[in-house]
Amino acid sequence: MTKTAARLPPFQRFLDAHSADVLRYLVASIGRHDADDAFQETFLSALRAYPRLSAGSNLRGWVLTIAHRKAIDVHRARGRNPVPVAEIHDGAQRSPPPGEGEGEGDHWERVRALPARQREVLTLRYAADLTHAEIASALGCTEEAARRAAADGLKNLRKELTDVAATA
Amino acid sequence: MSLPPPDLRPGEAAALTARTAARAADEGIAEVAYATVDSPVGRLVAVATPRGLARLAYELENGGLDEILDDVALRLSPAIVEAPAKLDLIRRELDEYFGGRRRDFDLPLDWSLSREGFRRRVLRECALIPFGATRTYKDMAIAAGSPSAFRAAGGALGSNPIPIVVPCHRVLASSGGLGGYTGGLERKRLLLSIEGRILM
Repeated sequence: MTKTAARLPPFQRFLDAHSADVLRYLVASIGRHDADDAFQETFLSALRAYPRLSAGSNLRGWVLTIAHRKAIDVHRARGRNPVPVAEIHDGAQRSPPPGEGEGEGDHWERVRALPARQREVLTLRYAADLTHAEIASALGCTEEAARRAAADGLKNLRKELTDVAATA
Repeated sequence: MSLPPPDLRPGEAAALTARTAARAADEGIAEVAYATVDSPVGRLVAVATPRGLARLAYELENGGLDEILDDVALRLSPAIVEAPAKLDLIRRELDEYFGGRRRDFDLPLDWSLSREGFRRRVLRECALIPFGATRTYKDMAIAAGSPSAFRAAGGALGSNPIPIVVPCHRVLASSGGLGGYTGGLERKRLLLSIEGRILM
C-alpha cells in the first residue's frame, strides 16, 4: 500500500476534475463573457507549471488561485478601459457587456461591483468554495483579514439590496 | 444572505475543457496527447509525443484507460491531454489496416517507452518484419545480436509498447506454435488472419 508514493495524476484527469469549479468561479468573478478565455488561460498556465509541481499538492486550491490571478488581470484591464463600448466606431455588433442577460444571477453582478478585496473573498468563498485558510493563502493575507473582508462584502450587499427594495 | 454559485449550462465545462486540451496540444504546452480508438480487436489507447506514436495499448488488457495513463504519466510526463486531432494519422491508418486497405504503417514512432539496449533492438528489428511474413523468437534474438537469447527476445516483444504498428504478432514459436501475445492469443490469431497467415 505504501509502496506507491503519491504521484501527480495525468493532467487530463486533473482538468476534468476541476473544470466545472474553475468555470463557475470565473463566471461569478468576471462574468460569462470573459470566462471562456480566462478558463483556457488558467489551465494552460497550470499545465506549464504542472510537471514541476510536487505530488500531494492541494491541486484544487492551486488551480483556483491561478484562476483568481487571471480574474484580477481581467478586472485590471477593465479598470484601464472602463467603457470599452465607447471606443467602438465601426458600428459592428458586439457581444453584450459582461453580466448582461447572462443569467448567472444578479447577485454576482453586485459582487463584481464591490471593492476588489471584498469581491475577491466573496467569489473565492461562495463561487469557488475555498476555505478561509485557502483564501488567505491565495490572496496573501491573514485568515482574519479574509474573514473580515467577507463580512464587509456581505454587509455591503445586504445594504444594497435593502436600498434597492426601498426604492422599488 | 446566500450566494449560490452560478449555474453552468449542461456540457459547457466539458466543451471548454476539450477546446483547452486541443489548444494545449496544438501549442506544444502538453508534452503528451492521447485518444481512444475503436477497432476490431477492441478499444485501443493511442499516445503520442511530438516525436511520434509512443504507445498503443489494448485498453482492457492493460487495466483500463486510467491505469494506462498513470503509467505514461510516470514514465514520460504527467503533462498529458486528450487531443484526438493529434492522433488522426494513427486512427486513419488503423482503420485502413483493419479494412484491408493498408499493409504498412507509415508514421513516426517514439521509442522512449521501450528500454534501451537489447529490448529496443529486438523491437526495432520487429518493426521491419513485412506484412504477411512471420519470424521466430530465435530469428529475433539473432537479429538483435544475441543468438541464444530467444527467451529474452520473447520478453522484449511482450513488453512492446506499440503493438500492431510494431508487429510483434508476426513472431511465432520455432515449433510453429503461436507463442505469446501482449493482447492475448485470440488477438494474435485475428491479426495473423487479417494478414493471410492463418485461417480463423
